[in-house]
Amino acid sequence: MGFMSTRPLEIAQLVFRYPNAGAPAVDRLEMTVEPGEIVGLLGPNGAGKTTTLQAVLGLLQPASGTVRVFGHSPLSDRTHVLPRINFASVDVDLPSNLAARECLRIVAGLYGVRDAARQIDALIAQFELGSLQRHLVGSLSAGEHMRLKLCKALLTSPELLILDEPTLNLDPYMAQKVRELLKSIQRQRGMSILHTSHNMQEVETFCDRIVFLHHGKKLAEGTPRDILARFQSHSLDELFIRVAVSGELFQVR
Amino acid sequence: MSQSFRRISAIFQRYVLLHRRSLIRAFDICFWPVMDLLIWGFVTMYLQQLAGGSAAQVIVFLIGALISWDIHYRGQQAVTISLMEEIWTRNIVNMLIAPIRLWEWIAASFLYATLKVGLVTLILCVLAKTLYAFEIVRVGWTFVPLAASLLLFGWAIGLLTAGLLLKFGYAAEALIWGIPFLLQPFSCVFYPVESLPHWAQRMARCLPSTYAFEALRASLRGGTVEWSVWGWIVGLNVSYFALGLGCLIWCFQDARAAGRLSRLGQE
Repeated sequence: MGFMSTRPLEIAQLVFRYPNAGAPAVDRLEMTVEPGEIVGLLGPNGAGKTTTLQAVLGLLQPASGTVRVFGHSPLSDRTHVLPRINFASVDVDLPSNLAARECLRIVAGLYGVRDAARQIDALIAQFELGSLQRHLVGSLSAGEHMRLKLCKALLTSPELLILDEPTLNLDPYMAQKVRELLKSIQRQRGMSILHTSHNMQEVETFCDRIVFLHHGKKLAEGTPRDILARFQSHSLDELFIRVAVSGELFQVR
Repeated sequence: MSQSFRRISAIFQRYVLLHRRSLIRAFDICFWPVMDLLIWGFVTMYLQQLAGGSAAQVIVFLIGALISWDIHYRGQQAVTISLMEEIWTRNIVNMLIAPIRLWEWIAASFLYATLKVGLVTLILCVLAKTLYAFEIVRVGWTFVPLAASLLLFGWAIGLLTAGLLLKFGYAAEALIWGIPFLLQPFSCVFYPVESLPHWAQRMARCLPSTYAFEALRASLRGGTVEWSVWGWIVGLNVSYFALGLGCLIWCFQDARAAGRLSRLGQE
């Protein structure tokens, strides 16, 4: 098994077009995530971020191009890929009619988590959900629910964690705490993270590398510092607005 | 414990917990079957009073048919609702990205359907005995394979309707609830197949449920079920099961190709 097969994520010439849509949602995208790396996927609404995440999760069939997760296709090698990845998104909920702890117990059963009770206890304590573990998920606030989703995603010890706007519903204190926690768990486990967010400050501090998308195409890629220097921008916020307004980054040389 | 068994039991547990957590859901399992039994039972008792002793057999046929139809109907509903539940609660993506094989999910939903059907059938049998002095044991041991065939047909239709749900989203909801009622008149649940017009008899003979209800009536009359009837029941059930499974797989692949899987329930 060579290096390529152990790379957490490798996307080559990925194209996906929704039926009845004119332009492709993702257009010849090339990107990778290296072991232990945190990659931020940025772009305005409709840039193709969520579609890319769905392709990584095997939820859609690309029109062309390939997605390889640890060297395997998430479409045809589900049994190799899915136990090694997990996902938390602001748009995907846990069953509202189960208690928080019951949800985690079922996830542990689905993924075959060893010593599940202890792992659940540890995550519940880390994400400060101890007093809520017997509450119905439907009764949790948006922020509490998001923390539970992160517990769910981390419970299975994924080697590649996919996060879609993980701090959107969290207050600034909890958002900061969650970022620190994620970072510490990531370092501890050597986990790779593919992360989307509209919070540019978060991306700047949290991600090792960022990939800027617009209309499904990659506009730029690099470390946050490199990108800011290359495009002579003070902040990713400013750069983001530039992309949203003009669709270009105007590289300065 | 094998990994498949562990995953199946986790999914099964997820569906069972829904009922433990919600009294209304637990109540809903029994409410409609019991209401059907009461209405049909009282109607047939009334008919019996009008017609005297000559209608005694009618109540036996009707109650037997009602309990048996419920096995098919609840079986179909349980399979489809287990998928709908994930869409309603926006948990479908979590299930689709979990390392579950399709057959494991199907097996868990069949187990859930069997538990639901078993519970409802037990309650209906006790009520039928108490209110109408109807004993399901009058059918004899034949009832077991007949009930199993109706449950299998329910599963097959459940797979088909689950596929429609993946293909059309909530737009297919009316079909999901309506398909069993579309099949009911042609399944000859409450009347013999010969009583149908010729064109309807042709359709009826394409459904395994028709043969099952004919066999049920024959058993209640004290007769035996011919081997050829069992042959039709098994052959048609296997065909419908293959059709339902094929439809589910095709609709899943179609939904994945169109990027619709994560948007289910939003259409």
